[in-house]
Amino acid sequence: MRFTFDGRPMTGEPGDTLAAALLRNGVRVVGRSVDLGRPRGIFAAGPEEPNALVRVGADPILAATTVELHDGLEARSLRGKGRVDLDAVDERRCDKGYLHCDVLVVGGGPAGLAATLAAGRSGARVILVDDQPRLGGDLLNSRLLLDGAPALDWVAGLDLPARVLTRTTAAGYYDHNYVLAVERRARGERLWHIRARRVVLATGAHERSVAFPGNDRPGVMLAASARAYANRYGVRAGRRAVVFACADSGYEAAEDLTAAGVDVLAVVDPRPSGLPADVEVLAGQVVTGTTADAEGVLTGVRAGARHFDADLLAVAGGWNPAVHLFSQSGGRTRFDEELAAFVPGTSAQAERPAGACRGLYGTREAIADGYAAGAEAAGRTVPGLRVPECGERPLRRPAALWLVERTPGSEPAFADLHRDVTVADLARATGTGMRSVEHVKRYTTAGTGADQGKTSGAVVVGVMSALLGAAPGQVGTTTFRPPYTPVSFATLAGRDRGALSDPVRTTALHDAHVARGAVFEDVGQWKRPWYFPRDGEDMEAAVRRECHAARTAVAAMDASTLGKIDIRGADAGEFLDRVYTNMYSTLAVGACRYGVMCGADGMVFDDGTTTRLADDHYLTTTTTGNAAAVFDWLEEWRQTEWPDLDVSFTSVTDHWATVAVAGPRARQVIAAVAPEAVELAFMRYASVPVLGVPGRVFRISFSGELAYEVNVPWRYGRALWEAVLELGAVPYGTETMHVLRAEKGFAIVGQETDGTVTPQDLGMGWIVSARKPDFVGKRSHARPDTARQDRKRLVGLLADDPAALVEEGAQLTAAGVAPMLGHVTSSYHSAALGRTFSLAMARNVSPGDRLTAVSGNVAHPVTVVEPVFYDPDNTRRDGDPLVESPAPYAGECRSESPAAAFAARFEAASTPRAHLREVPFEPMWEVRGTDPGAGLRLGPDWWLVTGDVPPRPGWVDVSGQRTVLELAGPAAHDVLITGCPIDLDPSVFPGHAQTLLAKTSVILERVSPETYRIYVRSSFARYLAEWLIDALEAL
Amino acid sequence: MLLIDCPSCGPRDENEFHYGGQAGIACPTGDMTDERWAEYVFMRDNPKGWFHERWFHVHGCRTWFTVERHTVTHEIRKPR
Ligand SMILES: [Zn+2]
Repeated sequence: MRFTFDGRPMTGEPGDTLAAALLRNGVRVVGRSVDLGRPRGIFAAGPEEPNALVRVGADPILAATTVELHDGLEARSLRGKGRVDLDAVDERRCDKGYLHCDVLVVGGGPAGLAATLAAGRSGARVILVDDQPRLGGDLLNSRLLLDGAPALDWVAGLDLPARVLTRTTAAGYYDHNYVLAVERRARGERLWHIRARRVVLATGAHERSVAFPGNDRPGVMLAASARAYANRYGVRAGRRAVVFACADSGYEAAEDLTAAGVDVLAVVDPRPSGLPADVEVLAGQVVTGTTADAEGVLTGVRAGARHFDADLLAVAGGWNPAVHLFSQSGGRTRFDEELAAFVPGTSAQAERPAGACRGLYGTREAIADGYAAGAEAAGRTVPGLRVPECGERPLRRPAALWLVERTPGSEPAFADLHRDVTVADLARATGTGMRSVEHVKRYTTAGTGADQGKTSGAVVVGVMSALLGAAPGQVGTTTFRPPYTPVSFATLAGRDRGALSDPVRTTALHDAHVARGAVFEDVGQWKRPWYFPRDGEDMEAAVRRECHAARTAVAAMDASTLGKIDIRGADAGEFLDRVYTNMYSTLAVGACRYGVMCGADGMVFDDGTTTRLADDHYLTTTTTGNAAAVFDWLEEWRQTEWPDLDVSFTSVTDHWATVAVAGPRARQVIAAVAPEAVELAFMRYASVPVLGVPGRVFRISFSGELAYEVNVPWRYGRALWEAVLELGAVPYGTETMHVLRAEKGFAIVGQETDGTVTPQDLGMGWIVSARKPDFVGKRSHARPDTARQDRKRLVGLLADDPAALVEEGAQLTAAGVAPMLGHVTSSYHSAALGRTFSLAMARNVSPGDRLTAVSGNVAHPVTVVEPVFYDPDNTRRDGDPLVESPAPYAGECRSESPAAAFAARFEAASTPRAHLREVPFEPMWEVRGTDPGAGLRLGPDWWLVTGDVPPRPGWVDVSGQRTVLELAGPAAHDVLITGCPIDLDPSVFPGHAQTLLAKTSVILERVSPETYRIYVRSSFARYLAEWLIDALEAL
Repeated sequence: MLLIDCPSCGPRDENEFHYGGQAGIACPTGDMTDERWAEYVFMRDNPKGWFHERWFHVHGCRTWFTVERHTVTHEIRKPR
């Protein structure tokens, strides 16, 4: 395999890591250290690597020990810090997936394999994750024989009853046994979200170093890593080696290095006695320093008076159980004096460490512990699990050696190689009086590198304990936080990028707006036409023309985004009386009334019109941005405060497409599209045919002009819009809507209000009922702060310069000096007034007052006026009389399903493995109260009935509310788990559920073992269609 | 990501829910002092330990319900 390192061509072997391949090519210096610029080489063989950091493609920093070599790999060295290559093309397609299991085993070494076997054979659903390409853990690095055969034969012979994810690093352990794991795939990482009933942590142990002078030279390496390079990769990390053995594993490394052809000169063992070995053993001694060539690369090792010419110093400083995930789970570690290491203490979650992760370093012990952990996790012991025989020696107690004192003039002794933190740095920190390892960490930056101190953490604690004369257990460790290894933002983002980064909601009229060249505005997640420029108009010109049409002729707007809530029940009126400030129980059937809703704090929360459709049936509209919040608010009060009221709510926002027709000649348009509604009085409603289909017409105005809100089911929305425009209405967007309402002084919730404004502040005391005994927020209106006279109130402003547009947000002062009296909330050019005007919230001002509006470096003199600028006497409300009855609109009322435009793309993205289509025009009803005996149960007393069934009284037609997409095929499940968090396993999935898919709510129904129906809100259908197509393409 | 046991749907991920704050705070009715009303509107407990709180299964069955959650360990149990 050919690859380059800093542009130099090199060759490696299949299965190499980049680090192994670099060693294979004789590369000693891989990079320079972050602060001191010292040369550094490969120090470890796994994710704990502190030195050998590289940039590969768009990945700014990776440990060379974790990069699998592939043909054509280009790697560049780093100086301790990542560097983003802005020109790098990232072609990865990362995504995510959700998995559920009874037992999650983290780590595929002896303990993890044994746990998987024991748990899986007891019938539990088991997932095993391991970060290496092959299972085996430390057995991959070893020459150990199990039952007389190579240990990997034992691994290969295991028939693991589990879902096995290799190349998968468990990076984060969160509440309630939620584990995030990153699977490295050639086409891009997958972030697995795994929910496990029980977790077995078989994460192994990391070898640590010792802080002796000159311990950072290229050529100084962890002993087990040097052994791994020799055994697993067939690479000698040096020719002549000294082993520093604080633990017995150093002797094993010495034997394996010798077997690999490395000339092992000596084993330096600080303990009083060594083990019998084929090489010289310096017992009771320590490595006191190193020598190097001109480039800083290791040439020799000093042990007291002895000096060895060596190019490899293999350091077996002892072992630290990899307690990272254990600690992240909330478990408490304790210092084990015997092992001289922090080990898992008290668990906090349904989890159990096993094997080396809890200090059981022997292979047989680890396997036996794994069997026990697996059985415990599965809650059942199965017979026939045997621990294989092997010839390991019992391990002696390791030396608790953390540092070797420097002598004057010697090289620095490093505690953290990545962050260039030396023993002297730690001494400076403790010298200033720091006693907490958390303080020392922040002062010295030890442990804050990309490796998060995996090799240095214990050394820092050990050195601090020596400096402070305290036991390591008293010093304690810093907190282990996710992620265990670095996770790229691309991985975290997955497929939620670009167009899919956030759901885009669209109306039934969206394609028509696009075709007309509308400029869109984001309102919450909605795309709303902002204005409709014609012939190169700018926004100001377009809005002037649109306003003029609405004030002098007829104009039309897409009002489908307004929230619409169907409210039914004998107590519906009583309920509305309690949540609105005004009365609804007295509203006549067929009449509409504007209302304001307050929070318990008395502040305006939302507004809209409510219409009484029948005695026990109302339709409430909400603002676009608050639709979901209001829907939830109603449910909250019904369920938690007034459960005795007979009332239910159904969202029909997406069922209806709404076109607002406004202007003195609006009647002319209504006469053509909905002739039966032409005589409708102001604030009245009629359920009438619209273009021949069942529709609803409300005579409601948000502009002061004669206006109608015409509703048809979603599928006819575009036809209605085209008809209205064909009849002469000028399309207008949200900006014109804002200007028209502001000219009339109508406040907008969220623009004039900010959660601190009462209805009285808006000059709407008239809408607050004095007759009602109570309503939400009433008592707050009597609080001293709410009732005081000097609150900010809604006022109008006119700038002295009629052409000057005062910036929204400008502060208002008297004569340009503090205090601030208020702020400007709305500011527009008005075609009707022939000048600019503003709305503001201001205290202690009255019409005629002169103020200064200050914004940035601009100050405008303004005069306070009443906040109604146009037609204060409402003379325009009834528009022009009908000149002559126009002929009913003769065009076709074409029906279009929400995902119709996707049909060809669905077909193109489909494969025999997963086929996607829309199931159009499915009749649907939401049913409350009595079990209809059919359909899908959505919640307590709540069902969705679909299909060609005769509806019963009280069923709410929601045929347009949701769009049905059907995903079928053997890979349908694999697609769904990339966005659906619930467990779809047939053993637990009840057949249907309301849940999330991607970033939207859905009803998911399994109609056959490989066929799912996805019911999605129609306004989210376009987003989910794009998401599903993207998912199919990623299969 | 907490796992919250909806009484209607069973255990689901936290992001299917909206948090509803402290449970058991009834809206007071009738005449009361400003202080009593302000206590209802503005004041909530913030214990270190077990806490009765409300959750709303907004992306599921739309049920409001109460659980006990330990604010240190995030352990959740049925309210007692
Ligand atoms: Zn639920």
